[in-house]
Amino acid sequence: MSQKKSLKQVLLDPVFNNNPIALQILGICSALAVTTRLDKAIVMSISVTAVTACSSAAIALIRNRIPNSIRIIVQMTVIASLVIIVDQMIKAFAFGLSKELSVFVGLIITNCIVMGRAEGYAMQNKPLPSFIDGLGNGLGYSVILISVGLVRELFGSGKILGYTVLQSVKDGGWYEPNGLMLLPPSAFFLIGIFIWVLRSFKPEQVEAE
Amino acid sequence: MQRDSIANTFLVAVVLCAVCGALVSGSAVALRPMQEANKLLDRQRNVLLAAGLATKDTTDEEIGQTFKDRVVRVVIDLRSGEVLADVNPDELEPLKDAKSSDDELRLALGSDDPAKLKGRENRTVVYQIVAEGDPTKVEQYVFPIRGYGLWSTLFGFLALKSDLNTVAGITYYQHGETPGLGGEVDNPSWKAQWEGKTLYNEQGEVELRVVKGGAAPGDEHGVDALSGASITSAGVEHMVDFWFGERGFKAYIEKVRGVDSSASTTVAPESSTEEAQ
Repeated sequence: MSQKKSLKQVLLDPVFNNNPIALQILGICSALAVTTRLDKAIVMSISVTAVTACSSAAIALIRNRIPNSIRIIVQMTVIASLVIIVDQMIKAFAFGLSKELSVFVGLIITNCIVMGRAEGYAMQNKPLPSFIDGLGNGLGYSVILISVGLVRELFGSGKILGYTVLQSVKDGGWYEPNGLMLLPPSAFFLIGIFIWVLRSFKPEQVEAE
Repeated sequence: MQRDSIANTFLVAVVLCAVCGALVSGSAVALRPMQEANKLLDRQRNVLLAAGLATKDTTDEEIGQTFKDRVVRVVIDLRSGEVLADVNPDELEPLKDAKSSDDELRLALGSDDPAKLKGRENRTVVYQIVAEGDPTKVEQYVFPIRGYGLWSTLFGFLALKSDLNTVAGITYYQHGETPGLGGEVDNPSWKAQWEGKTLYNEQGEVELRVVKGGAAPGDEHGVDALSGASITSAGVEHMVDFWFGERGFKAYIEKVRGVDSSASTTVAPESSTEEAQ
């Protein structure tokens, strides 16, 4: 983080080069839980991206005023407030989804990505780059969540965003839905495969033995 | 002011709390009307879901319309089973009554409280599903039920067919059980097996059981328990036991059964789509 990076790099680096889930293995909990359907994964992605970007910007804005002794709790307060606001908005505008996402929106507070960006980046950088950095990390999280959500919904229920793509046997089609895809372990396998593919293209991400 | 001084620490803490507090409460207050409208619609949807008149994909407009056409809300007194025709269901707040300390409004449950409700309201709303075009012919009765599971109180509806014994459907519209375990009370295939089960045995006692390890085939009183969720399953059984027992809707059910079936429809206040709670 020492060398100056352009804003574009700040935005795009976390998507593939330094992906918070694939490289840093953060935020796995929600990636397993909310990816059974694509619409859930998308709403969760938007929420996490919004919270990470806004909290990083807010913390960067006041970074020179925050006393060292209470900096973690200050970050937590900012993040928690933003998460509550996001939760309230989902309840107002997407009530059905808010019931299915249940506790996981509230749990964004404990998502290591958000806290990690606040402490690791926003405390040392200006608001704009911090906002972009939060956005980039949110996008990195979203890429994984949405691709896992897509695969799980497609093979688990034969649908994409609720529209039938593979007619299932139960509805008179030919496709036998893969029940494993609807269970949390399948997300483990998919994320594992994603990391494998990513590291085959970018061997520098492989940890030293 | 020194950044790490005690004064600055307090200042930052106080200002931050004030700003964050204002933002959070501002958003909560501003969005409340929309959330309330969503909740109301969700309850109406769940009444219709329990009765099998709607699916998850039914649009909001259709829910409102079906609710208006097919549902008659009746306020009943749980102590006597009497219908209170002069009470407006919009003004009744059963959940608030259940928490009050006024014995006119609630029954304190004391130690014999299997569903862990602490208090039971004395008046509540029953939803009668009437035949299309004939508001005097009741096809189903939808009863509000609630009870404690593992982490939370589960709120739902149980629909009975016109014999007031055969289950037509069950649904939960609010709970905080573990997703994937107790949260499977929302699972459509689990809910589907309730249909056709019967509540009461020949002695008129609630016989419906949630059976761990799976109900025997053909068991008309048995429903499979949820795997990995023994306590939630027990909670479901207890709430059915309670709400259809002596302290629940039994008085009302017996009153309705006692009347000649053709005249079983009680005089109901005109229903409206609005429902306050």
